[in-house]
Amino acid sequence: MTIQDIWMLGVAVIGGASALLVVTARNVVHAALYLVVTLLAVAGAFLVLGAEFLAWAQVLVYVGAVMVLLLFGLMLTRAPIGPMAQHNDIGRVLPVAVSAGLFLFLATMITSSFRNVRIDLTYVGAAELGEHLYVYWAFPFMVLGFFLTVALIGAIILARKEEGEGPDPEVDADLRTGRATPVPSDATSHPGPGRAAREVSA
Amino acid sequence: MISEFAWVIPAVMFASGAIIVFFGKQFPKQGAEVGITAVALALVMSVFVAVEVFSANVDAVAQVEAAHEGESAAGGDHAALDGQRLAIATGDLSVLAAEGADAVEVPAGVEPFLVERGFQLTAFAGEAGFDAGIRIDGLAAMMFLLVTFVSLMVHIYSTGYLDGDPRFTWFFALLSLFTGSMLLLVIANNLMLMLVGWELVGICSYLLIGFWLEEKTNSDAAMKAFLTTKLGDVGLIVGIVALWSMFETFNIGEIIAMTQQGVQAGGALDQGLLDFALIALFVGAIGKSAQFPLHTWLPDAMAGPTPVSALIHAATMVTAGVFLIARLYPVFQASPTALTVIAVIGAITLLMAGLLAIVQDDVKRVLAYSTVSQLGYMVAALAFSYTAGIFHLFTHGFFKALLFLGSGSLIHAVHSNNMSDMGGLRRVMPYTFWTFLIGSLALAAVFPLAGFWSKDEVLAGAAGAGGVTGTLVLVLGAVGGMLTAFYMTRVLYLVFAGTYRGHGHPHESLAAMKWPLVALAVPAALIGFINLPFEFAHPSGFSAWTMFSLEYFEGHPAEFSIPIAGASLALAVVGFLIGRALYRRQPSMAEDPMLNMGVFTRVLENKYYLDRLYTDLITRGLIRDKLATAAYWFNDHVLDRVVFLSGVGTIRLSRATYDYADQKGIDRVVNGVGLSANWSGGLLKFAQSGNVQLYAGAMFVGVFVLAVLFAVA
Amino acid sequence: MEATFPLVFAALLFCVGIFGVLSRRNAVLVLMSVELMLAAVTINLVAFGAIAAQRVGDPVLTGQIFALFVLAVGAAEVGVGLAIILLMYRNRASVNIDDADLMKF
Repeated sequence: MTIQDIWMLGVAVIGGASALLVVTARNVVHAALYLVVTLLAVAGAFLVLGAEFLAWAQVLVYVGAVMVLLLFGLMLTRAPIGPMAQHNDIGRVLPVAVSAGLFLFLATMITSSFRNVRIDLTYVGAAELGEHLYVYWAFPFMVLGFFLTVALIGAIILARKEEGEGPDPEVDADLRTGRATPVPSDATSHPGPGRAAREVSA
Repeated sequence: MISEFAWVIPAVMFASGAIIVFFGKQFPKQGAEVGITAVALALVMSVFVAVEVFSANVDAVAQVEAAHEGESAAGGDHAALDGQRLAIATGDLSVLAAEGADAVEVPAGVEPFLVERGFQLTAFAGEAGFDAGIRIDGLAAMMFLLVTFVSLMVHIYSTGYLDGDPRFTWFFALLSLFTGSMLLLVIANNLMLMLVGWELVGICSYLLIGFWLEEKTNSDAAMKAFLTTKLGDVGLIVGIVALWSMFETFNIGEIIAMTQQGVQAGGALDQGLLDFALIALFVGAIGKSAQFPLHTWLPDAMAGPTPVSALIHAATMVTAGVFLIARLYPVFQASPTALTVIAVIGAITLLMAGLLAIVQDDVKRVLAYSTVSQLGYMVAALAFSYTAGIFHLFTHGFFKALLFLGSGSLIHAVHSNNMSDMGGLRRVMPYTFWTFLIGSLALAAVFPLAGFWSKDEVLAGAAGAGGVTGTLVLVLGAVGGMLTAFYMTRVLYLVFAGTYRGHGHPHESLAAMKWPLVALAVPAALIGFINLPFEFAHPSGFSAWTMFSLEYFEGHPAEFSIPIAGASLALAVVGFLIGRALYRRQPSMAEDPMLNMGVFTRVLENKYYLDRLYTDLITRGLIRDKLATAAYWFNDHVLDRVVFLSGVGTIRLSRATYDYADQKGIDRVVNGVGLSANWSGGLLKFAQSGNVQLYAGAMFVGVFVLAVLFAVA
Repeated sequence: MEATFPLVFAALLFCVGIFGVLSRRNAVLVLMSVELMLAAVTINLVAFGAIAAQRVGDPVLTGQIFALFVLAVGAAEVGVGLAIILLMYRNRASVNIDDADLMKF
């Protein structure tokens, strides 16, 4: 048991615990914050494994940008402040069964296969990584850039607010329930697809 | 030789018939001249053929006689000949039947005249074909002469008798067709072709009897004639088929040859089958030649015009049965049983018809029954002697035709058939009287007219044969002779003597009707002399002319028995005297002694109740009321019911199929497919919950399973 | 170090993520759970890269580069996903994914 093992173990415990809390927290914001912890633990795991650049990239991108994005998303969708009122674990059997079963299976597989394998950790510096990236993976890198651009543009187009769409800001959304009641608008306004869809589904 | 072309004789008649049918009305005499010309041609040709045949036969006989003279000089076969004659004198029929080729020796190469020509017409099953063939021998030549001569007389007579009849042309067409058919029957060399002629003759007879079809009685009589002879034809066909099954040929010559050798196809001659076949053939003759019990049609057939009666029911068609037996004579000789049957039936017919003739008022009916009686004579004669039978046939044709034509003359004059309307016609119609008298004398077998010689030969033959049948025929024949003389005397007195009882103005007939009477009177009187039963005349006489085998001819020498001849002549005189005694004073019908004999008369007037038996008891009572009704009931309730039930059953079956198989069965299956699709869809739709997490869960489960599989594998 | 530690850690994160995906009602939380799963995959990539490096040669870098790509794609995916969630919220005023059941029979 080397020092890396202990660090790894610690990181795993923290990460695992916070992950569990993510999926079981009642308060959505708490869940987001627990996710931050989990991602930091993942970065720590990267460090232990010798991927320095990757760890910091993880922190920057995920913790820094993605989590902020998710929090913004929560905010924009009127995430309830405080615990969610409704019990959100309807039909828990399937998720528990699948995840527990899968975890048991994987754990068994991994421990049986990699029981006696030890990793000789090597430190990979940013320079080395960058060189490898820009030489051997140049083309996929450029594609990735292009891909990110497209995703960005797509997200903007998707989230753009059209004229007349969306719930009326004046409507008193029940923030505690996290649900907004539909708008009884007059006939002249363009009814959103939601109304028609709602009528259909009702 | 001209006999090879003898087929022209019937062909001419058929052609004439066709011409008259299609073009008759365009001729000045409405087709009569065509018919008369054709018959005259046929007669001329028949004469030529007959001369050829008869002279050849006479030559053959002379050759045999010369050979025997030569041998007897060396002491040869007289003993055999004498033995033969002794056998004839004392023996019975079986001896006659048994005699064959071994009786008398004939020099090789000498044969009676026989021409046979033909070509195969059809072939059934590759084996039993029959030819369109001719067989000319003495018998055929004789029949030619008889048929054509009498037909010619009848043709000429009919131009007068049927003058003014609206269907004059059709009558002559029928006469030609009938004559052609009869000649075809005569000339045929195989039984099938003869059967064709037989049936054609039947049809022509039907058409001619019912010629004046406006009267229902005439058409009824025609139907009766046709159906009665048809009943006999059943036997004929059975007989022909039986003969074919034995000999596998229809050809007459082949059948005769095989019988004489005692073989049939496939082995020795089966006597029982031969007897059966010949008796069956004789049944056909019973029908056609009006023997007992199928004689009932002939008197009724007098409904036809008198020339028809003269031609068909005196000289030609009714002789077809006799001709059939004569044609196959060697075969009949091989079956004593058949000959016995023939003799008995002939004898019964002979007497029975003679008795019926004495109570008739209609002059044609008298003659009709007389014909039946004489046919009985011919048939019975054939049982004992070939020549006797056919000679009587020959002579009878002439004088009976003469008598019928004479009666036609009477009927035409007084416009009535009944003798009660006649009387005292001797002075008014001399030609008719004298020819009728000659015919009557011939019929009554008065010396020296034709009937004397022929009837005598019959009786002599019967006497010679001896035995039960021979004696029976002899006795009945003699009695019949007396009856014949009696009823003809009755007719003569009632018609020609005394005073006229009718209401018209009778006069002699036209020339067309007179001269045939005269022409027929000549052979009626004289033709007996061609068959004088004396040794000097025999080898060049009728027997030689018509012989069919030299052995037979040599075995049947001429015989004239004075006792029998004298007795029959005496009986004829007795009959005449009784008739004269009873009818000299012209009793009216009410006083007619024959009609006043109580039961006897009643039985005779009802024709022994035979007609009543046939019509009421058998046809109506049995067949119509019982059999036909039963058959109709069967058809209605059984056969129709089967059909009906099968129809109902089919409907039920189809309905059941529709209800069960289709509606409940197949439709259930088909609908079930849809319903099960619906149901399974109803179950499967729950997978479409719209719940994304369910979908995701399902995916993860799938991944899990795959992972496990990959790991395990 | 023991190879199993990072791998089990990754498996744990992954399964927790599955649990979250399947049981959370709020769409944003579901997205967060998906992020958890991606993180688990990233760890796996790096760990296996390290393991493979011992055996083959250069894959340590390959694993990290792959992880880098996953990172980038994950970020893009979150962006687009949130855009969709915003749209959903706009149209039916709820992010409860049980309400998005128009595909229900």
